[in-house]
Amino acid sequence: MIRFDQVSLSYDQSPRPVLRAVSLRIEEGELCLVIGHTGSGKSTLLGAINGLVPHFTGGTLTGRVVVDGRDTAQFKPREFADVVGVVGQDPMAGFVTDTVEEELAYTMEQLAIEPAAMRTRLEETLDLLGIADLRRRALHTLSGGQQQRVAIGAALTAQPRVLVLDEPTSALDPTSAEDVLAAITRLVHDLGVTVVLAEHRLERVVPYADRVVYLTGDGTVEDGSPAAVLGRAQVRPPVVELGKLAGWEPLPLSVRDARRLAPRLRQRLPDIPPCPARPARPAPAGPPALTARDIVVRFGPVIAVRGVSLTLRAGECAALMGRNGSGKSSLLWALQGTGSRASGSVSVAAADPARLPPGQARRLVGLVPQTPADLLYLETVAAELAQADREAGQGPGSRPAREILDQIAPGIAAGVHPRDLSAGQQLALVLAIQLTAAPAVILLDEPTRGLDYQAKASLTRALDELAARGHAVVVATHDVEFVTRACDRVVVMAEGEVVTDGPATTVLTASPTFAPQIAKILAPLPYLTEVQVAAALAGQSAC
Amino acid sequence: MAAGQARAPAARRPAALAGGRRIPRGLHPVAWWIWALALAVAASRTTNPLLLLLILAVLALVVALRRGAAPWARGYRFYLAMALTVIVVRVLFRIVFESGTTPGDQILFRLPSIPAPSWYAGVQIGGPVSLQAVLSAVLDGTRLACLLCCVGAANTLANPKRALRVLPGALYELGVAVTVALSVAPQLIDSAQRIRRGQRLRGTERRGLRALRATAIPVLHDALERSLRLAAAMDSRGYGRTGSATRASRRMTAALLLAGLSGLCLGAYGLLDSSTPAALAIGGFAAGGAACAAGLFLGGRRVSRSHYRPDPWGWPEWAVSAAGLASAAGLCVTVGYNPAAVNPSLYPLQWPSLPLVPAAAILVAAFAAVLAPPPPAAEHAARRAHPASGAVAGAPR
Repeated sequence: MIRFDQVSLSYDQSPRPVLRAVSLRIEEGELCLVIGHTGSGKSTLLGAINGLVPHFTGGTLTGRVVVDGRDTAQFKPREFADVVGVVGQDPMAGFVTDTVEEELAYTMEQLAIEPAAMRTRLEETLDLLGIADLRRRALHTLSGGQQQRVAIGAALTAQPRVLVLDEPTSALDPTSAEDVLAAITRLVHDLGVTVVLAEHRLERVVPYADRVVYLTGDGTVEDGSPAAVLGRAQVRPPVVELGKLAGWEPLPLSVRDARRLAPRLRQRLPDIPPCPARPARPAPAGPPALTARDIVVRFGPVIAVRGVSLTLRAGECAALMGRNGSGKSSLLWALQGTGSRASGSVSVAAADPARLPPGQARRLVGLVPQTPADLLYLETVAAELAQADREAGQGPGSRPAREILDQIAPGIAAGVHPRDLSAGQQLALVLAIQLTAAPAVILLDEPTRGLDYQAKASLTRALDELAARGHAVVVATHDVEFVTRACDRVVVMAEGEVVTDGPATTVLTASPTFAPQIAKILAPLPYLTEVQVAAALAGQSAC
Repeated sequence: MAAGQARAPAARRPAALAGGRRIPRGLHPVAWWIWALALAVAASRTTNPLLLLLILAVLALVVALRRGAAPWARGYRFYLAMALTVIVVRVLFRIVFESGTTPGDQILFRLPSIPAPSWYAGVQIGGPVSLQAVLSAVLDGTRLACLLCCVGAANTLANPKRALRVLPGALYELGVAVTVALSVAPQLIDSAQRIRRGQRLRGTERRGLRALRATAIPVLHDALERSLRLAAAMDSRGYGRTGSATRASRRMTAALLLAGLSGLCLGAYGLLDSSTPAALAIGGFAAGGAACAAGLFLGGRRVSRSHYRPDPWGWPEWAVSAAGLASAAGLCVTVGYNPAAVNPSLYPLQWPSLPLVPAAAILVAAFAAVLAPPPPAAEHAARRAHPASGAVAGAPR
């Protein structure tokens, strides 16, 4: 269905090619998963399938890309509209119309499909994706998962043979992500659509994949069956890590596969892990870093946060979890003082940040918002750092921004434009800027979005470092695996209220939905990470 | 206008008036525009306050009975407010700027007169204010207000985006550009607000050029990135597939359109400049129009595209258009009544009479309220009954 013949691609400004002599065959009806680190060329590979690369993006492509018998060198992306459907990372950015029905019809209108046929196809697509009840809704009123399904539907109405999805679930909470993935697998199984999918959160999609294409990072690819490729790849989900540790063959890809292999492993493991999932720290003494009482946030008739009380201690890293719209962001913004707060009180070092001017509030509580790039407006990293130093002034305990940045993410060149940094580097830059004010409490809103395993690991290290320096850290996130490795405490919110608040180990193993993969496989044993398993298998008594 | 209370009975009353249960659907937008523009023509022919008020009443009735529940359908009150402002401004100007009085005028009051400098002699501020001057300003203002309300009614009754889809195929790109611009504006406001909030986190509370730059640059970055992504999405979804157009036919289209526009310009100049022979003006107009039409037809032919759920043109569309055109004809063709009754004189001042034939002609336009099918209100009501989960998720975060 899709054939890459010795494809190399280089962009004009960059010295080394993004893709180098890539040869691939993706057969009809396959679900092909594209994996690799940030910047390894996943989006480029996906874009090459319908010719957006290089027709739209520029760059030089050598070799041949043939889709359904058509060469992308001879046809423009628009001529592939009836063969390849494309769904981007942010569906809202790709919507042309403003209601669901019109959006679904758009591609068909461009292809000049008969009105009668259009009606039937549209009805079928609505049913296939389970969005029939949304048909007259305005697109901007939909939730993220609904928008993503509408975007898939809009690509499907043209009845393409190939569907290309670039990180379709990266912005979604686990439930919405499941809805979207269920819709995608249904397309593969019921309609035989060939699906090519890029994703960072492998644990979600690996069980469904028929083939994995791994971009090694130097422009070459490895492809083959998921078990074979993941065994060699640098990026792999926890279940595969565990499989390698235990020496299982073939490697399990889903919790179910692993669970069936696990009884023998469970017998070998001691009942109590030799070390905790995270290194234990002495319980912080002294007064709490932040005390919040009965916080209420409302937007018109919607009550986003209803009466939340929270105490944060210095040196602790807490995760704030809960589905989209459960009030996590609103709570963080209210704690920082910039967001609105209808009632309740916040006290940091005997002061309420909401009553202080912004310049002083950030010395108490720092917040890294969901889109960190909002804070960046200068031309170079160096200029941003210098500006951050000026803004922070020279208070007690303040360090130059460059020093902080080098500690969080070493090796970011001074002359680079901040917008050209990867998502992880942008996050590090903004975190460094916020840390120059040396706030006692630092809040991060969804920092794991769009980060690969490597970037998440370095974020974990950075947060550990902050906690060790005596900051109180709160991270709002959906990513259970990240929380397992980075956080000591978990606060779960639903409908604006705190549902659970306790030590990470207890909360994460208490409910199956929130459990990390290793806990699901090894339950009832209280193991959370592969590091614990490795230590236990090696017979160590501590990590 | 009673904006809220008219909606609930709107679903029932028309069915009773029409003498049967009709399937709700939206009327073709072009039919509404013909109807409203015809009423505007009628309004422009008269200064009789009774007739103008009758036109306003007809507009209000039809809007109340036949508008849907979509956002644009709630805009009529803004047009009414704008119309009222027009009248007030017009009267104020007439009072403040002295316009000269004739012996027959009844002077209401005198404003202190401010002598204008000699180089600005044409206008004088203050002076006597006559009843006739105020009344003629009110009538003029009401006529303008009527025209405004006609346009407002068309915008309220017809879905503006569906109206854009009626554009000939050659102008399709223009329609898309307008639609995209309309959907991008709220997104820009959104991202500006988000970035301003983000900047406050950084402690920037400065005003002036630097603060503007701190907001403007990320907003522009955002907008650029978004437009690039939209362009890529549209490209991969088949926008701009050229179909079977040849280079020659494309050139022909361009040439015809250029020639047509020049012809139209020439014609317009001729019509405005009285020294140009009328034949040349009208001839230029006609030739230009024909060339444009041919160009649009040729350009439209190369576009292979279809419409999802095209609006049907059935008897209600014919009937509504005819009702509007009838009222325009009634006021343009002065048959069966005294033309002076349509534009009553203010000298001597007297209560205007209501000429029967023009009044009846305007009332014909009111039949649009029953001739048009009821708007698809039930679906919207059902939608409102299910507040979506997205409403909460979409709340400001």
